[in-house]
Amino acid sequence: MSTITIREALNQAIREELTRDEKVFIMGEEVAAYDGAYKVTKGLLHDFGPKRVIDTPITELGFAGLGVGAAMVGLRPIVEFMTFNFSILATDQIINSAAKMLYMSGGQFKIPIVFRGPGGSAFQVSSQHSQAIESWYAHFPGLKVVMPSTPADAKGLLKSAIRDDDPVIFIEQERMYGNKGEVPDDPNFTIPLGVADIKRPGTDCTIVARSLMVPVALKAAEQLEQQGVSCEVIDPRTIRPLDIDTIIESVKKTNRVVLAEESHPICGVNAEISMQIMERAFDYLDAPIKRVSGVDVPMPYAKNLENLVVPDVARIVAAVREVAYLD
Amino acid sequence: MSKQTAAPPSRAGAEEQSSTSVIDPPKDVDRNQLARERDEVKERQKDRFTGLNAEQLIGLYRQMLLIRRFEEKSAEAYVAGKIGGFCHLYIGQEAVAVGAISTIRKDDYVFCSYREHGHALAKGMSSRSIMAELFGKATGCSKGKGGSMHMFDKDLGFLGGHGIVGGQIPLATGAAFGSMYQNTDQVTLCFFGEAAVNQGAFHESLNLAQLWKLPCIYICENNQYGMGTSLARAMSLRDISKKGCAYDIASEFVDGMDVLAVHDAVMRAVERGRKESLPTLLEVRTYRFMGHSMSDPGNYRTRAEIEKYQERDPIKLFSASLLEQKIVDEKTLAEIDKQVREEVEDAYRFADESPLPDPSELYTDVYADPIDPSRNKTR
Repeated sequence: MSTITIREALNQAIREELTRDEKVFIMGEEVAAYDGAYKVTKGLLHDFGPKRVIDTPITELGFAGLGVGAAMVGLRPIVEFMTFNFSILATDQIINSAAKMLYMSGGQFKIPIVFRGPGGSAFQVSSQHSQAIESWYAHFPGLKVVMPSTPADAKGLLKSAIRDDDPVIFIEQERMYGNKGEVPDDPNFTIPLGVADIKRPGTDCTIVARSLMVPVALKAAEQLEQQGVSCEVIDPRTIRPLDIDTIIESVKKTNRVVLAEESHPICGVNAEISMQIMERAFDYLDAPIKRVSGVDVPMPYAKNLENLVVPDVARIVAAVREVAYLD
Repeated sequence: MSKQTAAPPSRAGAEEQSSTSVIDPPKDVDRNQLARERDEVKERQKDRFTGLNAEQLIGLYRQMLLIRRFEEKSAEAYVAGKIGGFCHLYIGQEAVAVGAISTIRKDDYVFCSYREHGHALAKGMSSRSIMAELFGKATGCSKGKGGSMHMFDKDLGFLGGHGIVGGQIPLATGAAFGSMYQNTDQVTLCFFGEAAVNQGAFHESLNLAQLWKLPCIYICENNQYGMGTSLARAMSLRDISKKGCAYDIASEFVDGMDVLAVHDAVMRAVERGRKESLPTLLEVRTYRFMGHSMSDPGNYRTRAEIEKYQERDPIKLFSASLLEQKIVDEKTLAEIDKQVREEVEDAYRFADESPLPDPSELYTDVYADPIDPSRNKTR
């Protein structure tokens, strides 16, 4: 085990997979000579050369589509979006080409590609550079959507994503790149896609949280423990396919649920999780499901306003207390 | 530097390049004038007979005729309710797919828009598998999941059939990237209509292709209408081959009613792609004789304009040339027509008699690596 940051864990994963398979290459804006806008790709150009680590012009639709075409003829591209905000320009290629190619070709063309980069809220960059859009991608069959919350998950899941034969949307969190944690040193370490992780066991209330909300939920659970409420924190890690079984199992045990996310609430991932809990565990619920989401406004710039948007420990604590009928 | 310098657009056979014909379609038909123009095209075609032997020339003719008859049958099947959804016919444009695809190998790649039945046939896909796909049958080339707009054949290097205007252009660029990355000498042909030229995908792709030296041949089939909107109403610079200059890509204008002109131009581009790993942009002026799709009444074009192009129908033009050059006689042409009609009838019967996809196919092919198939299902 080594204690490293999420940034370093991602770098290790890419490095190991580039070493393992010649068909893997990484391209995106500033990934090579600049060492990555967020330094995730630091040193890769030096170690693997310009054939495998490729700087692109600012042309998201073009290079995303180019990656899908390369995957059609047998390569395994990693396409970095400097942030997922810019992936919006490439959605036609991600949704209409990558997600559907296998199906509409009757199973002939698999698309082993990873679209990765930071998403979610960032620090004071206002509306266009600070948003969580995972629910867009999670909507489409054919895509897999992954959102790690720890260095070990980041490394193990990214390696699995690169080895996977389907298009994977891999959303890191801009604020979390410096977060540290223990990561196994074994180069064969991977974490399977589609498996949720219980980040903290508990008995009184289930908190489902992903990405940035995982550490926030864990802090809330600590505070609640002191208030006599034992929370189980579940990180789905993969949004599509969703490991709903793990969530349902927990709900059947705790009978209360809080769903935390930093994205907008309307048509969000937690709206889906909530529906599935209702369908499969309605009779186990002792209180209505409570959702804690990003406030339903474009992200403001001013620090005080920004702080009001992203869910914090206090909002999660209040939500748990509400479903536990403590207030 | 010479490799990067765009070749000047060729003007051979480019009298049609003047965009005035698009702005002012002929009001009245002057049949003598049309016949004179057709003869000029034929005269130019005569000079191009040297490069190919009789068998190859007849092969081109046969292929074009097969596409024509196949599309006529598709129209019939559509009207009969055998084919659903959209059905974009290729009638009038046959010389482009046939002339172009006849220059490449089986392991080269072809990408198309949704008007791709003809290209699929030209790449060697069977009439049966294409017609069955149109019928939505399990025996179709995409197992009945793609339909008219999404034909695929991995073994024959036919990489679709794409439904979003311009969407195939970055994909084709990526396949060419794959050839460059893996150091093969394969080339990629990317077909698209002129309306796709206004999409960002076109410009982003051409920039990347020349920047990274990718062996992709961009073949703009300029049939002069994006659905019902004429080029004149949609494009500020209508001389599409000039747009290659913006990306330093070698470009040519080609007469798309002359199968040999297309063949020659694409051959030059393929050479450039294979030997120098460089892209090419070709503007191939053509015309679709039918509507945009089967549901198009076509009231945005004059009868006179359509007749002008029908006069130089690429198939009639080529058969006349073949006869003049004594490559074939009338009897041979009749025999080819008979064979082609039989093939198409057989395809129709095959499609009609083929089974529908099994309902269990609904959930297959969503993921290559399904994590838990039950989770893919709608609850």
